[in-house]
Amino acid sequence: MNAMSQTQGLQLLNGNHAVALGVMLARPDVVPLYPITPQTPIFEKLIDLSEKGQLVTELLTPESEHSAMASAIAASATGVRVFTATSSQGLLLMHELLHYAAGARTPIVLFNVNRTPAAPWGFWPDQIDSLSQRDTGWIQLYSETPQESLDSVIQAFRIAEQVKLPVMINHDAFYVSHAMEPVAVPTQDQVDSFLPPYRPEMYLSPETGCSISAPLDQKSWNLSRRQMAQAMAGVGDLVGSVGQDWGRLTGRGYGPIEQYRTEGAELVFVTMGSMCGTVREAVDALRGDGIRAGLLKIRLFRPLPEAALRAALAHVPCAIVLDRNYSPGMGGVLHQELKSALFGMSGPPRLHGLLAGVGGVSVSCATLRKLAAEYLLAAPSPDPVWVE
Amino acid sequence: MNAPKFKASDYKSDIDPIWCPGCGDFHVLMSITKALAELGRAPKDIAVVSGIGCSSRIPAYTNCYGFHGVHGRSLALSAGLKVARPDLTVLVMSGDGDGFSIGGNHFLHACRRNVDMTYVVMDNRVYGMTKGQPSPTTEPDWDSALSPGGTGLSPFHPLVIALASGANFVAREFSGNIKASTRTLVEAVNHPGFSFVEILSPCVTFRPDEKEWKNTVHAAQVPETDDPARAARRIMTDDGMNTGILYRGNRAPYRAQVSDKVGDIAPLEAAFEV
Repeated sequence: MNAMSQTQGLQLLNGNHAVALGVMLARPDVVPLYPITPQTPIFEKLIDLSEKGQLVTELLTPESEHSAMASAIAASATGVRVFTATSSQGLLLMHELLHYAAGARTPIVLFNVNRTPAAPWGFWPDQIDSLSQRDTGWIQLYSETPQESLDSVIQAFRIAEQVKLPVMINHDAFYVSHAMEPVAVPTQDQVDSFLPPYRPEMYLSPETGCSISAPLDQKSWNLSRRQMAQAMAGVGDLVGSVGQDWGRLTGRGYGPIEQYRTEGAELVFVTMGSMCGTVREAVDALRGDGIRAGLLKIRLFRPLPEAALRAALAHVPCAIVLDRNYSPGMGGVLHQELKSALFGMSGPPRLHGLLAGVGGVSVSCATLRKLAAEYLLAAPSPDPVWVE
Repeated sequence: MNAPKFKASDYKSDIDPIWCPGCGDFHVLMSITKALAELGRAPKDIAVVSGIGCSSRIPAYTNCYGFHGVHGRSLALSAGLKVARPDLTVLVMSGDGDGFSIGGNHFLHACRRNVDMTYVVMDNRVYGMTKGQPSPTTEPDWDSALSPGGTGLSPFHPLVIALASGANFVAREFSGNIKASTRTLVEAVNHPGFSFVEILSPCVTFRPDEKEWKNTVHAAQVPETDDPARAARRIMTDDGMNTGILYRGNRAPYRAQVSDKVGDIAPLEAAFEV
C-alpha cells in the first residue's frame, strides 16, 4: 500500500458511524431498526444519510427489536437486501427470530454492538450477548476497529448472499462503537465492483407463489439442518476469499483469523474484538522484554475456523485465551471453543482461560504483561481464572 | 385528627435523579411521593416497578422496593409480583416508548386482566433516553432530525385503548400540576383493579415545544363516570390535553387463586421459612 492510498479518503469516524457508511455503500433495500444504547448512533447516521439522499432505502421503525427482525426476515424473503442493527437486550429479544432467519435462509446482515445484558443493568462492553446466540445458525464476525467494522459490513453481504445464511458482525460497546479513528471510506464504484446487486434464484413473489417455512416432517426438518451444515462448511474459505478480494481492492485484506507477531512465538494471546488492540501493544512490549509473544485474533467465530486455529497454534507452547464474556458454570466461551477445537491435537499448547474484561472492566497493557510472565511456563489451567 | 404517619420525603431515596434540568419527571416523582405519604403505607409495603427509559429510572429515586425491569415488560413483571405478594401496593412506572411501543401488547392484557395495581405512564411523546426518536404518541407531523418531515403515523391514544381494553380506572394529568396529579394518584391506588394514569410530562431537551403544555392543558369539562359507554363518547372529543379522572369502573379485580388475601402473607412466609 503506498502512502497516498493510506491517506486518501480518510475520515475521522467512530465505529458506529463507520458501520453506517458501510451500510450506505452496500445499498440495502430495507433497513428495520429500533433504538438501543449503544447502537443508536448507527440508527441516527442512517437517518441522516437517508435525509441527505445519500442512502436510498426503506427505513422502517417497528415497535421492538423482535418486530425489527421479523420485518427483516420477511423483506429478505422477497429477495431484497436487508440490514439491521442492535445491541445486548435488543439482540436477546430477537433470539427467537435469529433461529428463524437462519432456518429460512434469509441472508440478513445484522450489526450488533456488544454490551452487558441485564440483570444488573450495565452499558459496558461484554460479548456474552452475541456469544449466547452462537447456536442460532448465524455466521458471526468480530471486529477490532471502526475501519474493520466498515469493511466487514460490506464483505458480510457478499458472504451472506452467497451461502444464504445471515451474518452478525460485532464490535465492542464504546471502545469501538463510540471511539473515533481515521477510517478509509471506499468509493461507491469500488463497492459496486465488489458487491453485485442481490439476485436470489428463489424468492417470495406472486409469480413464484412459494411459501416460507411450512411445517415439515422429521426427516425434512433434519434435512434443513444438514443443508445449513453444508452451507456453514464453506464459510471459512469464503470469508478468506472475500477478505482477499477486499484486500486487492482496498489494500486491507481480511481472513477468518489474523496472526500478529506469532512467528516463533513461545506465548500467544487468543482473543477477539477491541481487546486485540491492547494485546498488540502488550505483544510489542513483551517482545522488547525478550518474551516471544504473539496475538491470534479470531475474526470469524461462527463457524469456528478450527483448522486455521490448530495450524496457528501447532508449535506454540503456551496460549492464553482472553474472554470478555462469562458463561456461568463453565467459564469463558472462547476458552471452551478453543478446548474443543484443539481436542485430539498432538502437542497442543498449554492452554489458559482467563476471564479478562468481563462487564467492560478495562484490561491494561501492564496487566497483560504481568499475565504473560505468570503463565508462560505454568501448567495448563483447566478451570477459568478471573483476572483482577 | 392524627398527624400523618409519613412525609413525602420518607419515600424519596438519597439518589439524585439524572434527568435533564426542567424534565417533567421531577414533578411526577414529587406527586408520587406526596401521594404515597397521603396513602400512609410504609415504604416497605410498596413496590415500584419499571421498564426502560428516562421515566423508568424512578424506582431508584424512591425509598420503596424497586424493580428496574426490561424494556416494555414492567406490566408483566408487576402482575407476577402482585399475585405472589397481594399485600403490596404495586406502582408500575413507564413511559410512552416503553409502555406503548415495545410494551404495547402488555398494556392491552394488563387492562383486561385487571390485577389490582396502578400503571403510571409518563408521556413525553418522544424517546428521550435514546435521544429523540418519535414514539407511538408523537404527533405525525413532528419534524425533527430523527423523523424528517414527521412519521405520518397515527398516534396511539392511551386513554381510548385503556378504556376499550377494560382498565378499571382511567385518568390523565399534567406533571406540572402536582396537586391534581397527587390527588388522582391517590384515587388510582385506592381504586380496586387495574388503574391507568397517563401523566403528560414534558421532555424539555428533545421536545422544547412541550414547555407550552402548561398553557394548553385544561381540566376536563365533564365529570368522571362509571359508565364505559359515556366515557367512550367523552374521550372521542378529547383534544389530548384534557386532565382529570375519566372513568372509574366497577369490574371485580383479578383474584389470585392461592394467596389473594390482602395483608395476609402468612402462607408465603411459612413457605419461605428456613
